[in-house]
Amino acid sequence: MTAATATADERVAHVGALRRVLLKPEFGALIGAVIIFVFFAAQSDVFRSMSGAANWLDVSSTLGLMAVPVALLMIGGHFDLSAGVQTGTAGLATGIMTTYWGLQLYASWAVSLLLMLVIGFINGFLVTRTGLPSFIITLGMFLGLQGLNLGVTKQVTNTVQVENLDLVPGYHSLFNILGSTFTLGHAKFQIAIIWWIGFTAIASWLLLKTRFGNWIFATGGDPTASKNVGVRTDRTTISLFMMTSAMAWFVGNTQIARSGTIQAQVGIGQELYFIVAAVIGGCLLTGGYGSAIGASLGALIFGMTQVGIINVNWNSDWFKLFVGVMLLLAVLANQYVRRFAEQVRR
Amino acid sequence: MRRSWVVAAVLVPVLLVSACSSRNAVNKPHNKSGGGSGGYGYKIAVVTHGGTGDAFWSIVKNGVTQAGKDMGDTVTYQSDGDPQQQSRLIDAAVNANPDGLVVSMANPEALRTSIQNAVKKGIPVITINSGEAQSKAYGALTHIGSDETIAGRAVGTQLKTDGVKNVLCVIQEAGNVGLEQRCAGVKETLGGTVTNIQVDNNNLQTAQSIIAAKLQSNKSIDGVVTLGAQVAAKAETAISTAGSSAKLVTFDLNATVAKDITAGKMLFAVDQQPYLQGYLAVTMLTQYKSNLNVLGGGQPVLTGPNLITKDNAAAILPLAAGGTR
Repeated sequence: MTAATATADERVAHVGALRRVLLKPEFGALIGAVIIFVFFAAQSDVFRSMSGAANWLDVSSTLGLMAVPVALLMIGGHFDLSAGVQTGTAGLATGIMTTYWGLQLYASWAVSLLLMLVIGFINGFLVTRTGLPSFIITLGMFLGLQGLNLGVTKQVTNTVQVENLDLVPGYHSLFNILGSTFTLGHAKFQIAIIWWIGFTAIASWLLLKTRFGNWIFATGGDPTASKNVGVRTDRTTISLFMMTSAMAWFVGNTQIARSGTIQAQVGIGQELYFIVAAVIGGCLLTGGYGSAIGASLGALIFGMTQVGIINVNWNSDWFKLFVGVMLLLAVLANQYVRRFAEQVRR
Repeated sequence: MRRSWVVAAVLVPVLLVSACSSRNAVNKPHNKSGGGSGGYGYKIAVVTHGGTGDAFWSIVKNGVTQAGKDMGDTVTYQSDGDPQQQSRLIDAAVNANPDGLVVSMANPEALRTSIQNAVKKGIPVITINSGEAQSKAYGALTHIGSDETIAGRAVGTQLKTDGVKNVLCVIQEAGNVGLEQRCAGVKETLGGTVTNIQVDNNNLQTAQSIIAAKLQSNKSIDGVVTLGAQVAAKAETAISTAGSSAKLVTFDLNATVAKDITAGKMLFAVDQQPYLQGYLAVTMLTQYKSNLNVLGGGQPVLTGPNLITKDNAAAILPLAAGGTR
């Protein structure tokens, strides 16, 4: 640094509005979402219709609900590879407790939440106590829960699915909370879309306006330094894992509430899409940087693409190629924008 | 303080579970015992390519287990979707010198050496589900299964009589040859358009949206064929959200499908009776070992296609819920 700049502290330097926008982690995803929307909307009248929007928002919301806590966890410096399978565990737990064991619906809903919190706690506790990478710990949880989901389901039901939740007393009130629709312009929108927007707002507030949010950034940015200045990094990490599991509980129960059935293999492989959405939304794999809104925008891009490809009558066999290319482009764009913005700042 | 929380976390669910009474349960636990118990005492190894969470293969496995109980045989069941892994499982099973071997051949070429080794050692082999064309050449006693193409043709013919012209065929497992054959079979006899679409069996909620998107953007689709029971229920919802009047038909069966057929929400289901594929293979090997019998004289034994319609769905519903249909 030269003598001329030594007088001004870069931390309090004036930053222009444009640069400030460019520096936002979700900026790239926002541009991406607009481009994808215009691209498909221009080609398909179904895509831009209300019922079309209801459809791609539904795909986005189920992904986005999970992508938000996964993004927070990534900002905190960790992965949860078991996040997808956990949605299955939660739904199966509710289903088996109500339809086979006769436990009251809301009681089993609560027990399944408790179960998920315990799973999240175990993930977080093992990661913080052992110091092993969360990749390995949650990979173990991923495999373990897969076996547990299948084993218990098979043991209890003799099949690989739990059915007939819709015959359980109280089902309709649960359905109204988790699986109902609301009508907007003659199209039926899933209630999950509202939950998704709500949870994104809460997570964003948590991240940007609270001490806990600061701790997440600190823990992910530099755990040792944060610990030295008094951040309770272990507690932050464990809380983040428990939040992810709590959301898996919500999403898994949404699945079983919607149709009354759930399969033992639900969610396997979805964990990677949660991470993809978070990364497209500007989260760094190394932690310490990212946003909740970005993850939701990432999920939106994902949902629009998945449904858009069908709407414009492309062959869906190619969908994953598209996703792969998009992920690479998003990461490159994010990196480029960030480098540019940081250069401008100096 | 912290310890008491842990204790509470463990205790509360235990108390709740013990407090619940099975009188309120809408699903009855399946009857695990039942059936006779023979005294043959053979060791029979079953190695399939079915995925562990797959509804279809879970029924095959139930058939295998029940046959073992009924015959008094000791049966082992293993599976791996990867052909190389499956051939290793076969080798391991053969090394244990079983009295009989049951194999499904999704990828016959990859399993040839392993199966021929078993035959060379004098172990009777029966192939099930897929691999009918190669079964005899590899030295198997017989094949028990349902021809995918024939089943597809049956669906196509039935849909044609129902006046369906433009069919959407939903494939839930990428790269599964049998599923592609089903769609091709439908196309052969329908005489109209058949479009294949790819969805993910592990993310059925999105599968539902994708099917709805296709129906919205192509209004002329008047028939949907799903290739697995779990996707079928989602397709049913997709058809109603898309405001489409397409007729729905599915391969395979579960309780929800049986319920929907009874209610008239689905036309029919094509069942290849997976339970029989597992059950018959074990009993036939037992009869071969004890009495040198071969059912059908070595001709392939077909377990399907068997159409489940409004007339018989209600009777099959409890069996599907119990995991045997």
